[in-house]
Amino acid sequence: MRFDTVIIGGGLAGLVSSISLQQAGQRTAIISTGQNALHFFSGSFESMEEAPRRTVELFAEAGIRLHYSPGVRLTPLGTFRDAALSLEDISLFPTPQFGRKILLVSFMGYLDFFTSFLAEGLEKQGMSCRIRSLDLPEMEQLEQSPSEMRSVQIARTMDRIWEKVVQEIRVLLRDEDTVVLPQVFGLQDTSVPGRIRQGIPARVVFAGTMPPSVPGIRTQMLLKRRYEVLGGTYLMGDEATGADVRDGRVRSIATKNLDTHGLEAGHFILASGSYFSKGLRSNPFRINEPVFGLDVDYAEDRNRWYHPDFSGEQPYMGYGVRTDAVLHGIRDGQPIRNLYAIGSILGRTRPELGSAAGLAIRSAFVAVDEILKSDPE
Amino acid sequence: MDAQEFDVIIIGGGITGAGTQRDCAMRGLRTLLIERSDIATGATGRNHGLLHSGARYAVNDPESAEECIKENRILRRIAAHCIDETDGLFITLPEDDLGYQQTFVDACRKAGIDAEIIDPELACRLDPSVNPQLTGAVKVPDGSVDPFRLCAANMLDAKLHGGQVRLHTEVTGFLREGDTLQGVRTRNRQTGETADYYAPVIVNACGIWGQPVARMAGVDIGMYPAKGALLVFAHRVNSLVINRCRKPSNADILVPGDTVCIIGTTSTRIPFEECDNVAVTPDEVNLLITEGAKLAPALSSTRILRAYAGVRPLVSVDNDPTGRNISRGIVCLDHETRDGLKGFITITGGKLMTYRLMAEIATDAVCRKLGVEKACETAFRPLPGSEERSYEAVAQKIWESPSTAQKAAAARMGTSAARISKNDRFDKALICECEEVSVGEINDAIDRLEVSTLTDLRRRTRIGMGTCQGEFCACRAAGLLAKAHGCVEKERSDLADFLQERWKGNFPIGWGDTLREAEYTQWVYKHVLGL
Repeated sequence: MRFDTVIIGGGLAGLVSSISLQQAGQRTAIISTGQNALHFFSGSFESMEEAPRRTVELFAEAGIRLHYSPGVRLTPLGTFRDAALSLEDISLFPTPQFGRKILLVSFMGYLDFFTSFLAEGLEKQGMSCRIRSLDLPEMEQLEQSPSEMRSVQIARTMDRIWEKVVQEIRVLLRDEDTVVLPQVFGLQDTSVPGRIRQGIPARVVFAGTMPPSVPGIRTQMLLKRRYEVLGGTYLMGDEATGADVRDGRVRSIATKNLDTHGLEAGHFILASGSYFSKGLRSNPFRINEPVFGLDVDYAEDRNRWYHPDFSGEQPYMGYGVRTDAVLHGIRDGQPIRNLYAIGSILGRTRPELGSAAGLAIRSAFVAVDEILKSDPE
Repeated sequence: MDAQEFDVIIIGGGITGAGTQRDCAMRGLRTLLIERSDIATGATGRNHGLLHSGARYAVNDPESAEECIKENRILRRIAAHCIDETDGLFITLPEDDLGYQQTFVDACRKAGIDAEIIDPELACRLDPSVNPQLTGAVKVPDGSVDPFRLCAANMLDAKLHGGQVRLHTEVTGFLREGDTLQGVRTRNRQTGETADYYAPVIVNACGIWGQPVARMAGVDIGMYPAKGALLVFAHRVNSLVINRCRKPSNADILVPGDTVCIIGTTSTRIPFEECDNVAVTPDEVNLLITEGAKLAPALSSTRILRAYAGVRPLVSVDNDPTGRNISRGIVCLDHETRDGLKGFITITGGKLMTYRLMAEIATDAVCRKLGVEKACETAFRPLPGSEERSYEAVAQKIWESPSTAQKAAAARMGTSAARISKNDRFDKALICECEEVSVGEINDAIDRLEVSTLTDLRRRTRIGMGTCQGEFCACRAAGLLAKAHGCVEKERSDLADFLQERWKGNFPIGWGDTLREAEYTQWVYKHVLGL
C-alpha cells in the first residue's frame, strides 16, 4: 500500500493534519491505537488565545461548532481557568460570576460529577447554589452494575431520554437564573445540548465530569467521520512498530497488523503523543521515541526528571523529540526530510507553538504546509 | 464523652499503641490513645506486611524466632481477616551455599518452626514465579498480614471496650508533679485546639519517635533509626512468601499481599532528623529490583507501583552500624525503676509480628502499677471482623452468590462486611475500581474508623492503593468525605495532599507504565479537573 502521507496517531494533531491533507487532495492513512488525549479533553482549546479561521472552518466542516469569547471556563472541581476558544456547548464567561442563583443538577448515584466542589467554588464567587439529583427509572439498569454509572454510559442513556431530563428540570427550577448540568449530553446527537438550552427557561452551563470526557469523545468521533468522508484510511487498533529509514528519508513503516508489507508513503507525520499514548517510552535509564528512534531531549540523571511536588512543573513533561524549524524529526543529529513530528510528542521543546490543544493544531498546520509545499515524490 | 481523666494514656497509634490500648481496655481500664498523625503511619505501615514464621531469625536470633512462631499461631486465630495464610519458601540459589540449608532447618526446628525441605521442582509447582534455577527449597509457615487493617481492628476493639482515640493530635508536653508524670498536654494538628489529659500511667509506644517523646519527659533512651526501603509491584506475582535461604541480607523477602507483592528491604542507618521524611534513593530502587528478580524473575518485567521506606525502631545494644545483626527484641522500660520517673513506661523494639506480646507486656506493667489483677485475653479473643477464619465463608454467609467486589469487601472487612450487606442501591457503586471498594464500605469506614482525610481512608479501605494510584477514586471519595464532614474547602486541600502523598511514592520509580499513569493523573488534575 502506498500513500502520499501516513500519519501515526489519531488524536487531535493527527486528525487535524490528515483532514487538511486529505482536503488538499492527498491520499493519506492514519494509524491509531484507539486511545488518545481527546478522551480527556476539557472542551476548551488550551493555549489557543486566538481563533484562526483555518481551525474554526476545519472543525465546522466536521460538524463541530467552536465559539470564541476570551474569558474563563468552569472546571469540574469548581475553579475557573482562562480560555478563549471552545466547543459550542462549553460556556466561557467574561468573569467567574456568571449568575446569581444556580441550580446544580446531577443524577442519583452518579459519583463522577462533583456537585459539592462545584457548589463551593461557585459560592466563593458570590453565587448561591441549590443541588438536586434526579432519580430516573431509565437509569436503574446502569445501577445494576457497580461501575456503570460513568459519564459515557450515562451519555448513551441521555441521548435517548434527554427530553425527560428537561421536563424534570423545568419542574425543579424555581427562581434560579442558571442551571449547571454535567457534560453527558450529545454524545451521538450533537444537537442535544442546544435543544436542552432552548427547553430550559434559564441559562444552561454544562460542567465537566471525571474523564472520559463526553465532549472529547464526540469531537474525536466527528473529526474521524469527517476524515473518512474525505476518503481517508483510518487504521483503527493498529500500531506503528518500526521504520525503514534510508538516506535521510523514511521509506516505509511497519505496523503490528501489516508487519511484512508495511506502509509506504512520500511523507510521514509522527503524532503519537507523549508517554500516556506511548509516543515516548521510558525505562530507568532513558527516554526514547520507539518508532523512528528520534533524538529525545531529556536529562541523563533520572533524579532530574521529576519535581517532588505533584503540582510543580514536571521536567519529564517537557521532554520531547528534537525537530528542525519546520518540525522535521531529527535522528542522530540529522533531520529526516520527509518526517514531521507534531503534537504532544514535542513536549515543551517548541514553546512558540504553545502547549496541549494549541500545540497540536499549530504544529499540525506547520507540517501540512511544509508537506504541500514540497515536491511530490 | 470528652473525658479528661483516664487510667492510662497511650502515646502512639502504631500497632504497638493500638494493641496496648486494646489490651488495657479489655482489662477494664479507661484508656486514651493519642496519635500525632494517623494510625499505622510509622514503621507499622511501612514494612513488608510479612507474617513471619520466625524462620528468618532462627539462626541468628532464636529468641525472636520463638516469639514469632508463637505469635504467628495466635494471629491466625485472632486476626484472621488481616491475614493471608500463604506459607513461605526459603530458596537457595546457585550463588548461595546449599550447606546453610541444614543449619537453617535445624535452627527452625529448635525454635518450634515447622520447616520442611522440599524438592526444588515441587517449590516451582507450588509457586511458579520462583526462580527456576533454585538448588534448594524449604517450606515454612510464613504468611502475609495487612498492618493497616490489623491496627484499625485493634483501635476499633479498644473503642468497643470504651477506649477513646485522638488522632492527628500531638503531645506537646508532659504534666508532672515532682517525680511523677500526671498527664499530657496536647494539640490537635488539624484544628489547633489544645487539651490536657490526666492519667496515673502513661505509655510511650511511639516506635522510633519514642526517643524524642521520652526526652520530653526528661529521660534518655538510646535508639538508632535504620531505614528500610521497599517496592510495591502492581501484581501479585508470587503466591507464597519467597525468602533467600542465607544469612539475612538486602532485598531477600518477597511477600504477596492483597492484589500486590512487596520486595524489601534495605538497611541504612540514617540521622534522626530524617525519620519524619524518609526518601527512597535511586540506588536503593536499583538494588531492590536486581535482588528481587533473583527471587522471582518475573519482577524484572512487572510494573512497580510505589517505593516507600520505613524506619526500624532499634534500641541500641551494640555498635553494629547496619542495624541488622542486633535482636529485634522487645524492650519494656519502667522509667520509675530505670530513671526514677513515676507513671511512665516505654514499650519499644519488637516488630509488627510481636505487637500483641509487646502490648501484653506493657499492659501487665500498667496493671502492676495500678494494682489491677486481670489476666490478658488478647491471645484468644478474636479482633472485630475476625470471628470467622475464611473470607470466602464470610462472603458466602452474607451474600448468597457474592460478586468479586463483595468477596473483596469480605477479605478486607471480615465478618464486619455484614454491616454493608443491607446497603441501598447506590451504596453498591464502586468508588475504587482497582481494589473494588464500594460507597458502602467507605461510608462504614468513615462512620467507625476515625477517618479525617483521604489518606486515612486509604489506610482503612485500600482506595488509591491499586494500579491507578488514586487518580479516579480520589475525587469520588473526596466527594463522600466532604459530605460526611460538611467542609468542601478542607476537602479540596485534602485531595491535593492525597495526590502529593501518592506522587511521593511514584516518582522514585517514575518510568514505564508508572510514568504513563502519573502523566495522565497530573494532566487530568491540573488541566482538566482544575485542582
